[in-house]
This record gives sequence, C-alpha cells and structure tokens, in this order.
Amino acid sequence: MKLAFSAADEAFRQEVRAFVRDQLPADIRRKVELGLRLEQADYVTWFNQLEARGWLTPGWPPEQGGPGWTHLQRFIFDEECLLGGAPRIIASGIQMLGPVLIAFGTPEQKARYLPDIRASRTWWAQGFSEPGSGSDLASLRTTAVLEPDGKHFVVNGHKVWTSYAQWCSMMFALVRTDPSAAKPQEGISFLLIDMKSPGLTVRPIRMLEGGTDLNECFLDNVRVPVENLVGELNQGWTYGKYLLGHERTGIAGIGSCKQQLARARQLAGQQGLGDDALLQARLAQFEIELIALEATALRLLARGQRSRVPQVEASMLKVRGTELRQAIYETLLDIAGPDALPFSAEAQFLEFLDAADDAPVAPELASVAANCLDARKLSIYGGSNEVQRNLIAQAVLASH
Amino acid sequence: MDFSLNDDDLALRDAVQRFCEGEYPAPERGNAETPAQAAQRHIALAELGLLGLQIPAELGGSALGPQAAMLAAEQLGRALANGNWLSNAVLVAPLLAEAGSPAQCSEWLRALAAGRLQVALACGEPEARYDLADVRTRARPSADGGWTLSGRKALVLGGDGADLLLVVARTAGDRRDRSGLSLFAIDAGSPGLTRCPVTLLDGRRAAQLDLQGVALAADRLVGPLDAALPLVERAVERANAALCAESAGALEALLAMTCEHLKTRRQFGAPLAKFQALQHRVADMAIALEQLKSMACVAAMALEASDASERHRLASAAKTLTAQLGRQCGLWAIQLHGAMGMTDECRVGHYAKRLIANGQLFGDAAFHLAAFEAARCSNAG
Repeated sequence: MKLAFSAADEAFRQEVRAFVRDQLPADIRRKVELGLRLEQADYVTWFNQLEARGWLTPGWPPEQGGPGWTHLQRFIFDEECLLGGAPRIIASGIQMLGPVLIAFGTPEQKARYLPDIRASRTWWAQGFSEPGSGSDLASLRTTAVLEPDGKHFVVNGHKVWTSYAQWCSMMFALVRTDPSAAKPQEGISFLLIDMKSPGLTVRPIRMLEGGTDLNECFLDNVRVPVENLVGELNQGWTYGKYLLGHERTGIAGIGSCKQQLARARQLAGQQGLGDDALLQARLAQFEIELIALEATALRLLARGQRSRVPQVEASMLKVRGTELRQAIYETLLDIAGPDALPFSAEAQFLEFLDAADDAPVAPELASVAANCLDARKLSIYGGSNEVQRNLIAQAVLASH
Repeated sequence: MDFSLNDDDLALRDAVQRFCEGEYPAPERGNAETPAQAAQRHIALAELGLLGLQIPAELGGSALGPQAAMLAAEQLGRALANGNWLSNAVLVAPLLAEAGSPAQCSEWLRALAAGRLQVALACGEPEARYDLADVRTRARPSADGGWTLSGRKALVLGGDGADLLLVVARTAGDRRDRSGLSLFAIDAGSPGLTRCPVTLLDGRRAAQLDLQGVALAADRLVGPLDAALPLVERAVERANAALCAESAGALEALLAMTCEHLKTRRQFGAPLAKFQALQHRVADMAIALEQLKSMACVAAMALEASDASERHRLASAAKTLTAQLGRQCGLWAIQLHGAMGMTDECRVGHYAKRLIANGQLFGDAAFHLAAFEAARCSNAG
C-alpha cells in the first residue's frame, strides 16, 4: 500500500498537464472555466489535438488506436484534462459506440466507422431513451421490422434526450425487433441509423438553463440497411449494457469536482466571502469528501480490471460523485448570491460576454445559475441515482 | 497509489480475525467484560504478537508499519474489542520507541510486547477538550534532581488497568503554549496519584488521574525536555488512524447485521428488504462503508507522509468523515432495526455506541474540520 503516485505516474501527470497547458486554445479554456457554452468546432479542435497525440480514445485497445494506459493513467489523464480546463469528451461515439463496435461489430463496420470517430468526422447520437422509457429502458417501443426481401429494417418510433443530435450524422439506437419475446430485455436489437435518412426528423428541446443540446428524434418508416445491425438480431440489450458499463473510470467526475471547488474558492474571494467562516467550513467539508471520493475511486479501480469497474462500485461512485458535484454547484449559487439572478441565455456565450460593456454581472458569475440547474442532469442521466441505489442495495443485500 | 495487500498483510488480517472470533463471540460483542476476561484477552493479544506490532524487533516486536495497525484495527473494530490494544500498542508503543531512552525502551517495551506491562498515555485534561497543548498539569524540578507532578488528567484510555502511565506535564510556559511540555513515566502505585476508573459510552475503560505532588526520579523523564508535544501529537494521529480503521470494521459488521435483519423481518406481508425506502438507506450505508475504508487507508498512509502539515491535513480529513459517517450510519442502523435496535440485547446499539465513541475520541468532526482547514491553509500558504 502506498499513498503517493509512483514516479512514472507522476511523470505521466506532468506530461498530460503540459500537453493541456500548451495545446488547449485559450478561448476554449476560458469558456470551460467560466461554465459557458461550447460550439461543435471547440470540441472538434480539442479532440483533433488529442487524436494527433494518440490520446482521444484511451478506452480502445492498442490495436485500434488506444494508448494502452493502465487504469491509473486513465484516471490521471481524465483529471488533468478537466483541471486544465479542457472540454469533456463527448461520450457517445468515442466512449460508447466505439467499444461496442470493437467488441461486437463486423470487420466492415469497424473499418467504416471507427476511423471517422477518431477523426471527429462523424458524431454519433445515442438513440436509447424514449418518452415512455427513461430509467426503465427495457420498456422501449421503437420498432424495427425486417422487410420481406431481408435487406432493410423499417424503423418507427420516438427517441428523446438525444444529446447533440443537431451535430450528429449517425445514430446508434436500441429498437424492438421481436415484440413477442418473453422478457422486455429480449427482442431488442442494436442498429446504426443514418441521420439523413428520409423519415427521420430532429427537434431541439429547450432546457431550463437555456441550452438546446438535447433533442427529440422522430422515426417515421425510416429504412435502415440490414448490414447496419450490430451483432446478432435480438441481442441488442447485451450490447447496450456493455456500452453503459464501459469506461467508468471517469464516472465519479473527480476532476470536475476539483475544478468547481477551485471555482468556488476563487469566486468566494471575488464576492468578499473569503473570510466567511460558515462558507469556508462548507468548502472544507467538500474538500474532505473529495479526498474520500478520490481514494474510493482509486481503491475500487484497483479492485476492478483496467478501465472496467464492476457495476456496484460504479454505481457507488456515480451516486457519490454526482451528488457532491451538485452540492458544490449549489454552493456556487450561494456564493453568487444576488448576482446569480440576472439571467439570459445569451450571457452563456463568450462572444456575447466579451461584447457586452453593460453586462449586469461579471463574466465569472453569468453562468452560475445555469450551471447549477444544468447539473441536475447528473443524478438523472446514466441511470438515475435512485436506480443506482436500487442496484447497490440489491447487490449488498444479496451478498449478506 | 497502491491499495493492494501482500501475503503478510493477509496473514496478519486473518490471524486477528481468528483471535476476534475466539475471544469475542458474535452474540457477546459489546458486552461489559469481566477483569478475568480482560486479563485473558490481553495475554492472547501478546501471544499473537499484536501488542508488539510497532515495536522494534530487538525488543520483542515485529516492527511493522501503520498499515499493519490498520488491518488489525479493522478486525478489532468488527468485534468491538476492548481498548487495550489501542492504548498499549498504538498510543504508547511507537511513542515510547520514538521518545524513550535505550534503557527505558528495553525495560518497558519488552514487557509491553510480552503483555507483562500495561501502559497508558495521559494526554488530555478536564477543561482542554481536544487541545493537546492545553496542559495545566505541572512538573516542577525537585531538590534531588527529580520532578514533582501536580494536576489532573482526563479520559486516559486504558488508564484504570495500566501499570505505568505516561503523563504529559508542563515544564515551562503557560497553559496553551506549544512548547514547554514534557512526558513522564509514573508507576500506577505512586504516592500522590489517585485513579478514578471511568467506563466510556462504548464500554471501553479509561481513568481520570489526580496527581498531587507525585515525586519522580530524574530518569522518569521520557524524551526531550519541553518538546514533547509533536511526539504526543503523532501518537494521537496514530490512534486516530486506528480509530478510522476500527470504525470501518465496525460499520462493515453493522451493515451485515442490518442486511440480515431486513431480509428476515417481515411486515405488511413482505420482508423489509423489499421496501425501497429501506433499500436506499442500505445503499447509503454501503457507500459510507466504502468511504470509511478508503479514509482508513488514507489515514494510515498519511502517517508516513514526510510533510507535517500534509500529514495533519489528511489525518484530520479522515477523522472528520469517520466521525460523521460512523455516527450517521450507527443511528440509521438503529432506525432500520426499529425498537429492537434500541434494546441492550440487540448488538446494533453496541455498534452504534462504538461508532459514536470513535468519532468523539481524540477530536470530533468539528475539531478536525477546523484542523483540516488550518492545515490546508498552511499548505497553500
């Protein structure tokens, strides 16, 4: 047992830190640090930097272009990127579909799709949730019927909460191919769908904080070539579970917690609360909980293998990490105080902030309320925290 | 960072677990112990080598580090073991090894490791709360070159049964000065020393000491004159690290007990385990347990950190969370057991008491939160 990182890991940390410092464009860093909105071009710029360094797809096996890191290197990488103000990796293509195609895709599918994911030429939408199927994903009702000639599926249904669909040219979706299967989890297949297909329309959803990155996707007799089926027919649930279980090293969001805690300390000073004992006690408490979260993540990571953390452990990290982050965001709101109130969707764009001479609050405060509201998603997505607690309790009760 | 255990670690853990199963049968855990039981358990601790875990090999110990202590503490915590190991092996032994003269170490540590001599550390005072520098007990030089001690000591863990007491006393300066403190070894039977036994909330034994002109020879000074505080602080940090591990072990046992209850007890036609409100509490207890285990590791590993304020920062972080989560989970477990959880017969309340007591010993959550913040600021500055 050792508390310190090894010299090699520490050197790796310095290497990542220097890379982020030198390669991340200043305006992107500023947007991230101020909690402002990012354009697609911002993400692509950063992803291309990472890809050029061979670091965009850490969870992929080396033969598919992954860097072959240990779980600890992966952990350090995630943390340093977030601490350095880099945009987070949008998960759907790189962290979700990629590993599924690598594990279950045909050679043709791998050759066709993986290079475009790595080059950020194709953005993938995740077509999982439906209006009637949120936490209970297996109840999904979008259907795919194979045409009599066996060459196309015809897909009908309604997907929702599709992140960044406006930037995506492809979607991976779970669809029901056998409505008469004995269990809802059976009879689901995993399809790749061209977003430009006739019959597929996208409608943005305006959220509380003003963002429109989530969408609804309507599928009306959308024809999908049969070679776009991933793996076997009616085995899609297995691939979906594999996808959700992959790459959980970052699930606790430790880098984000540290980043937001640093932001809170900085803003507290700016707002004249540097000596406020009650606030300082709250921040100290967060910092202690962060030490515990990080040690727990490292312990559980060491117990699992490489980047795959077992379900229960991942659920624990998700619950603790997201709730801590939300608590820090609420504290940011308290630190902003009355300055959290002036609110406009435009004020979440750097261009607007830089142009406005008469902004009612400093740029550092413009997005605090929006960020706090946006952070409510943390305990809702990826299996709500209530579902995670169900899973943890079932496993704990079963093991005693 | 490396949290893995090697074969020696695992062997030690298993040995302590067997000791606990033998000495502390599950249905009796937390019950008051008779003097005969206490004596027998102390000998068994010695025979297993647990008292000498952190004593140099040439003095009969096994010279192991903080992580061995953590593994032992975790198992002892599971069994709600008495406080003798904590007071002798954790609070006193490494302190004596660090501060004592070769003659003192040879005489006392050898006997301590063998279980022939019980030693307790008297570092707290009645009005000092958790401030180790707040010492009003005075040691004045006597004409024969020795010392005369007067004052009162509070909450001396293991102090009621100890043969030898290591007493912190002021040899210079004023009440809360960090310098001017020294450590003295006093025989339990010394004239002028009165011991008042105290049973703590969790059944552990302690004593209040009243010293009225206790005369000591010059060779009873242990360690440097006027500069004992850093040594005592380290001893208390070791104790706190052990308490974190104890609480993790106790919570693990408590969670197992709670799960069993929820699966067996039926209400409204179903086992309690089927009710989601209760399931979510179990989930939160399980998360807390993982955090306590992590913090026990952090506390143990922090003891070896070279930078003092970094050591204080991590130790206080661990103790803060141990106190908060330990108590929270103990009280949740009582709720999950219903009225049965409030009876003396049910083990749950005994575990809750231990978790609460561990949180309040050597600095509670508020104390360590403030200490954490002070260390953080001194690190940052």
